[in-house]
Amino acid sequence: MISSDTWTLLAESFWKILLPGLKMTIPLTVLSFGLALVISILVALIQFANVPVLKQISRFYIWIIRGTPLLVQLYVVFFGLPSVGVMIEAFPAAVLVLGINEGAYCAETMRSALEAVPSGQMEAGYCCGLNYVQIMRHVVLPQAFRTAVPPLFNSLISMVKNTSLAANITVVEMFMATQRIVGRTYRAMPLYLEVAFIYLIFSTVLTWLQRYFEKRLNAYGGLR
Amino acid sequence: MAMLEIKGIRKTFGDLEVLKDISFRVEKGDVISVLGPSGSGKTTLLRCMNFLETADEGTIIFDGEEFKLNGISKADQARIRRKTGFVFQNYNLFLNKTALENVTLGLTAGRKIPKEQAEKKGLAMLERVGMLDRATYYPNQLSGGQQQRVAIARALAADPEIIYFDEPTSALDPELIGEVLNVMRDLANEGMTMVVVTHEMGFARNVSSRVVLMENGVIVEENSAKEFFENPKEERTKEFLRLKKEERE
Ligand SMILES: Nc1ncnc2c1ncn2[C@@H]1O[C@H](COP(=O)(O)OP(=O)(O)OP(=O)(O)O)[C@@H](O)[C@H]1O
Ligand SMILES: [Mg+2]
Repeated sequence: MISSDTWTLLAESFWKILLPGLKMTIPLTVLSFGLALVISILVALIQFANVPVLKQISRFYIWIIRGTPLLVQLYVVFFGLPSVGVMIEAFPAAVLVLGINEGAYCAETMRSALEAVPSGQMEAGYCCGLNYVQIMRHVVLPQAFRTAVPPLFNSLISMVKNTSLAANITVVEMFMATQRIVGRTYRAMPLYLEVAFIYLIFSTVLTWLQRYFEKRLNAYGGLR
Repeated sequence: MAMLEIKGIRKTFGDLEVLKDISFRVEKGDVISVLGPSGSGKTTLLRCMNFLETADEGTIIFDGEEFKLNGISKADQARIRRKTGFVFQNYNLFLNKTALENVTLGLTAGRKIPKEQAEKKGLAMLERVGMLDRATYYPNQLSGGQQQRVAIARALAADPEIIYFDEPTSALDPELIGEVLNVMRDLANEGMTMVVVTHEMGFARNVSSRVVLMENGVIVEENSAKEFFENPKEERTKEFLRLKKEERE
């Protein structure tokens, strides 16, 4: 059914697709998600602690980012900003946009996880002579992270797939690499299926990682 | 001089006046039982005394220092809290910490006491409440009675001058109440100063030195435990005791 030259094509292209996957897609994901985590913790804490002004800014950020398409955000930063004198290279631009974008979603995840920690935990902390920062660090945040792990992995997995949009702003990641091979060989079907398969492998590894994490955290006496 | 004195606490939630001018004093070594029907303001009183709730009016005199309840600084709050322990109705153990860590966290993180020293203290406190063999357990691996005993050990760890208890046995299955009351009785016998909101008439009568009866945000009667039960001053107290007796029968 699958002819031998298709097999040859798949075998030859495999490394040509996987290599940009390892060199671009994975670093892009790791850096962007790291940025997203930092942003989300800050934005969630600002809202949880009800910091005036910063809280309004946080809500505004989440409103804008969740209300506009990721692709449009990429275009604004990479093709739009140069017209006002801000030039950012393709890769850092992609990291920035993907991180800021996912940060908004993760912030909501973190905020609801923080709010899910029973208020008695905070009160008990005060009664033990801890201050706000100490309670957050030792009691509330660790419990919130536990709740947030499954939805955060959801975000991470969709981030892996969203990196393919960076092809639109000239980042040569897996999808762009595949497009180039298709452009030379005109064999769209097998090649796009092949890259889909590689994305699937990446996501599957992350799913395993998620299971491992959840097991570790459950060993923690399995909160609640 | 009283160790702790509360003067003129008022507290409203919206239109509801929950505490109406409450005053009382606690001498060192007192074990005061606070009784009263549901909704009379007992929990709110304790929470105001430990600043978990901000009273609208009133002052607290602690070890001779006087503070306005609605103007006390965060630093003074923390300073007084370090000299007090609080035991909650639903335990409120830190869910991500073991029994031992629950007891030591206030020492290590709060007071920067070295870990070994804090653990030594923590283990001693767990032993005092009979929970040494569960030191490495997480709260959800413990029964309610065990959790409450760990919570008492946690309150003891800071060497408090006074411990507040808010219905420490109300969330417990009947067969687990005894183990917690026993620990509290031992503390009372060792001279610990305690204010205990409770529905346990036996504890109020046999362990506490004084009894306060609250209703609708006021103190109906304050008396020695013996007088309160044997020779109450107020009609309302007699009524309350009669109702409690009927409940038991
Ligand atoms: N945070 C709050 N907001 C609004 N009303 C409250 C709040 N906390 C307590 N109340 C109200 O204040 C009144 C006194 O409550 P409190 O919990 O102090 O009573 P209690 O004597 O401890 O009762 P119980 O024996 O049932 O524990 C109740 O009517 C309660 O509904
Ligand atoms: Mg109560």
